[in-house]
Amino acid sequence: MGAYLIRRVLWIIPVLFVVSIITFSLMHAVPGGPWSKEKKLPPSVIEHLDQKYNLDEPVFIQYLNWVGPLQFDEGALQRDEADNLVFGGLLAGDLGPSYKYLDRSVNDIVADGIWVTVQLGLMSFILSVIVGIPLGVIAALRHNGIPDYAATFVSIIGIATPTFVASILLLVVFSIALGWFQPNSLDWRTDPSSWVLPVIALSLFPIAQIARYTRASMLEVTRRDYVRTAHSKGVKEGSVVVVHMIRNALIPVVTILGPLLAFLITGSFITEFIFSVPGIGRYYVTSIGQRDYGVIMAMTMLYAAAIAIMNLVVDVLYAYIDPRIRYS
Amino acid sequence: MANRTETLPAATVEVRRSSGLWGDAFRRLRRNRLAIVGGVLVILFVFIAIFGPYLAPWPYDYQDLDAVLANGGLPLPAFSPGHFLGTDELGRDLLSRLMDGARISMTVALVVQFVVLVIGMPVGAAAAWFGGRTDSWLMRLTDVIYAYPDLLFIILLSVALKETVFGKALDGLLLVFVAIGLTSWVTMARLVRGQLLSLKETEFVEAAQAIGVPSKKIISKHLLPNALGPVIVAVTLGIPGAILAEATLAFISIGATPPRASWGSLVADGQPWLRSFPHLVIFPALAIATALISFTFLGDGLRDALDPKLKGKQ
Repeated sequence: MGAYLIRRVLWIIPVLFVVSIITFSLMHAVPGGPWSKEKKLPPSVIEHLDQKYNLDEPVFIQYLNWVGPLQFDEGALQRDEADNLVFGGLLAGDLGPSYKYLDRSVNDIVADGIWVTVQLGLMSFILSVIVGIPLGVIAALRHNGIPDYAATFVSIIGIATPTFVASILLLVVFSIALGWFQPNSLDWRTDPSSWVLPVIALSLFPIAQIARYTRASMLEVTRRDYVRTAHSKGVKEGSVVVVHMIRNALIPVVTILGPLLAFLITGSFITEFIFSVPGIGRYYVTSIGQRDYGVIMAMTMLYAAAIAIMNLVVDVLYAYIDPRIRYS
Repeated sequence: MANRTETLPAATVEVRRSSGLWGDAFRRLRRNRLAIVGGVLVILFVFIAIFGPYLAPWPYDYQDLDAVLANGGLPLPAFSPGHFLGTDELGRDLLSRLMDGARISMTVALVVQFVVLVIGMPVGAAAAWFGGRTDSWLMRLTDVIYAYPDLLFIILLSVALKETVFGKALDGLLLVFVAIGLTSWVTMARLVRGQLLSLKETEFVEAAQAIGVPSKKIISKHLLPNALGPVIVAVTLGIPGAILAEATLAFISIGATPPRASWGSLVADGQPWLRSFPHLVIFPALAIATALISFTFLGDGLRDALDPKLKGKQ
């Protein structure tokens, strides 16, 4: 297990390396640059800006500069101190300058928003799990009964409503028409009610997925011999359900939790956009439109790392809750 | 001793006609009501996608400006004369635009799953067949694609290639379809690999090998038909994901170039009118919902019908 874990963790590095190369090449294949604006800048200004930010170098060199210590063009990189452009590179923990927000570094932008995005993702994740799993369990225990149909109905709503539709409907109904919530909350830190609608909008689909998986898995387990044995030797109904059924039924459910958490953290950008949540998700789309190279790279690397790490956590968790699984 | 042999009645054994894997599966599918509802709706969507332009009351980009001006420059509400589901603020008939959206969504379903099959099946089969180094390299490739944030890749690719011939094909849609396909084939590759690997170990394949069935016949008679079921299920259940991805991208105006009407862009266009003319958002949202549900029901039904583990338990 230890060796397996180390191998999996180390494997994340080359994955991220390839992801960064693909993104860097695609990003520079996008026509235009960070200085293309509606009001055209004179060519000499663009040339100067390119020089200042080393955008006049070949893409390959730019990539090395972005990575960091591989910089063999040191003089050009560190620049004059007056310009205040000392760029350490990714490996030094420096994500570089933003070309859109010239007074801020990408590190500042990420630091400002990342915890909001992670918080939104985690809250939605917790809500999905504490609603989805009981929903699936109850549906299976009352198979073909009213609770089953009610749970199925909730799952269908969750599957059928894309996050962007859910977000705008919730926003219009509950904050604009009914006025229960502040439409554009300005105070995410102190006002917990600002989180209610975005968290619900983001959780609908995961709740449905988790409930569906849990229900199917519980129904499968109900027919197993060990459940019948437990019943026939007189184990109380409650402990059959908790000890024998739920524990075994949750094993396949865990496999989808990793992708779902990744979906919640990397897929929240539309919800953030609609509810004006001050996370990093909104830079996901705008940075590409603005050719803000540093931000694009930062977003890709953060999200790819999040997905890779969450898959790893799920695999390890899987072995922990199901002792039959052995990794080598 | 009397001869009593003549009194034995002829045994009558009723032989159920052997219906085979697919016949059985179809019988089970027919008994599943939700799957039938899903299937009928899917057929309806496909029908609208093919014949939509002939059935639609108006061309999807026709602007009935007279009607809008008569209404004070505002969108027509649903059930207006001549416009059953109303119009947008430019006088474009919502029903006709929804029908064009069905065309886009069904093409997404088709093209994305085609790309997924064309890449995913050979990669998965090659990994399972050759094993060893090929297997581990191909699986590492899937790791990279899997970790790549899907929508970011699709948006980057579609912005990068927007001005090329490829980017302009099908009103800018082909590029988005292919980009969605390129991010979705990994699951298929892993599924096919897993299926083939576990089938290779099964007793019936071993038995076939033991009695000397040539490997060509083992592949065509045993491996492929048995792996095909899960592949069909994965394709069907992958369609809602593809439709959803296209609608989400269209919502942030990536993909179909106006005046084409994707369901996602209809929702985005209707958003400012949501309070006074909710039909502009509600109907496209219902169209998306119906499409997602019908493919999910059909896929679930197919899975139950094709899963031999459930045999005899229904």
